[in-house]
Amino acid sequence: MKLIDTLPEVFESFNEQRKNSFITALQMKEQGIPFVGVFCTYLPQEIPMAMGAAVVGLCSMSGETIPDAEKDLPRNLCPLIKSSYGFAKTDKCPFFYFSDLIVGETTCDGKKKMYEYLAEFKPVYVMELPNSQSSDALELWKKEVIRFKEKLEQHFGTVITEEQVRQAVRLKNAERAALRDFYSLMKLNPAPMLGQDLYKVLYGSTFKFDKEALIKEMQELTAKVRAEYDPQNSPLKGRPRVLVTGSPIGGVTEKVIRALEDNGAQVVVFENCSGAKSIDEDVDADAADIYDALARRYLNIGCSCMTPNPNRIRLMNRLIDEYQVDAVVEVILQACHTYNVESLGIRRFVTGEKKLPYISVETDYSTSDTGQLNTRMAAFVEMI
Amino acid sequence: MSCALGIDCGSTTVKGVLFDGERVVKQEIVFTRARPKERMAEIYSRLYTPAVCCTVTTGYGRALLPQADKTVTEITCHARGASFLHPHIGCVIDIGGQDCKAISLDSLGFVSDFAMNDKCAAGTGRFVEMMCRILDCPPDEIERLVSGASPVEITSMCTVFAESEIISLLADGCERGDIALGVIRSICRRTAYFAQKLHPEGQVFFSGGLAGHEVFRRELEGFLQLPVCVHELSQYAGAIGAALIGWEKLHRKG
Ligand code: SF4
Ligand code: SF4
Repeated sequence: MKLIDTLPEVFESFNEQRKNSFITALQMKEQGIPFVGVFCTYLPQEIPMAMGAAVVGLCSMSGETIPDAEKDLPRNLCPLIKSSYGFAKTDKCPFFYFSDLIVGETTCDGKKKMYEYLAEFKPVYVMELPNSQSSDALELWKKEVIRFKEKLEQHFGTVITEEQVRQAVRLKNAERAALRDFYSLMKLNPAPMLGQDLYKVLYGSTFKFDKEALIKEMQELTAKVRAEYDPQNSPLKGRPRVLVTGSPIGGVTEKVIRALEDNGAQVVVFENCSGAKSIDEDVDADAADIYDALARRYLNIGCSCMTPNPNRIRLMNRLIDEYQVDAVVEVILQACHTYNVESLGIRRFVTGEKKLPYISVETDYSTSDTGQLNTRMAAFVEMI
Repeated sequence: MSCALGIDCGSTTVKGVLFDGERVVKQEIVFTRARPKERMAEIYSRLYTPAVCCTVTTGYGRALLPQADKTVTEITCHARGASFLHPHIGCVIDIGGQDCKAISLDSLGFVSDFAMNDKCAAGTGRFVEMMCRILDCPPDEIERLVSGASPVEITSMCTVFAESEIISLLADGCERGDIALGVIRSICRRTAYFAQKLHPEGQVFFSGGLAGHEVFRRELEGFLQLPVCVHELSQYAGAIGAALIGWEKLHRKG
């Protein structure tokens, strides 16, 4: 097939920054690198990486295109879903625009129904993700991983060998290790940086496609932070340490982190996607059956679309201890039913078993609740 | 003799108190009327004496007084103020002008959990203001208006819809008192359900301006199924909490 390699018609109306990211993406396309657009942490990125594709994250974090999306989708829907659909429809996101194939999974209801409409104007492939982690589920997911590989081979007219997949697994493991080493710096007390800075680095890393370069960059950054760490004179001493969990955050929803840290707290670890949830575990690169290893690793992710969802609790339990956490904040995107319902269980676990304060906040991509969020977070910090 | 000054700048009223380490020696209140900064300055100048060693502000306008030594959120202040006025309470409910909060306290009077409804005007003081306006009833006559009334059911969840509901009830010939009691019940029911998320226990303290109306206290008690107490200084609970925190700050320094 022919890769998408021309700029969209609306290009001229974009600001400098957006134009630049389109140009960067275009240059990659001109070198013949295919783009595979993904939405979710469950996607085994190693498969598209094995054929030399750039894996681009399409979860949109800005409210800009929500009005366009609401022409087709209900208003009372998760902003992540609306915003993503809106960016696809308006050609305003370079990664959406240049994606030669967009891959979704049957995660939450809103997303899987949205893919049906997205497929009307973009090449979409949906993997059937089971909603539980039983052995039957694993068998299905493994088949889906292999079917996905076959879909890529057929769509891009290429062959993906087992050795290429193993190579990709090794590279991805090394990337995960480098990111983990970086965020593990936050185990230090006082923490060496604010949570908002940590988040920027983690989020930014998802837009770096040269993995080798990213690994090197992360290692240097980790070494630099370590060298400059000065616990005695740290301005961050004595801040209560917070774990953030819940829906994916980023972009506008960073306002919650800012409200916490402006009021004297310190976010030390993110359990969400784009934090530990997606980075914590590696794939066994030497497993006899590499597809089985991939399926196991990815199905294990503790997202609220699983029922039951013990792995989220397990991961939180470990992170709370390792990062000497004093309080837990859950950020839920408006109309995200799975995280919203699961918040009761998370509250019970945090306040009951771990004996720590917990608060959940529901928010969206607008800035209209900044004042209230600030009061709420300030009161929570006063309570810790 | 030294004093601490606490000011609570809410959306409807600004309250201030002077605290001398044992009791509230003076209090003042003015309507905010969209000028929080000016009103806070006014309260400050009315209460300030050279004996004031520490000023703490709270409420949504808390950042607007340059003389303040410290700002603390209304959650913490209401909790502190309430347990000063009524030791041994387990929960505080505050129906404010633009939000509504429920706070549960531990045995030492510290905040152990809280919930805030700040997205919607229903269940806040704004709902009551609207009711008073439509029913042409000054707030201090509410009690008289509802005495002996039998409440009509108000079904609208939203202030804007409730307003038109009240107007059509009037057009149907309903008594003003019956409608008023219906509105008050709907606010108290909503507030109680919302507070129940915190599983309150023991005595509940009702703070804020509406605590002055017996009918609100009584209805709240009915829906909560827990004893609800008020204090003549209920409306000043936030300001008192702020002053107490200021006093402690002063004394920790020695
Ligand atoms: S929160 Fe769940 S559904 Fe959303 S991206 Fe993460 S794993 Fe996927
Ligand atoms: S935040 Fe919730 S509703 Fe939104 S896409 Fe993720 S799982 Fe679905």
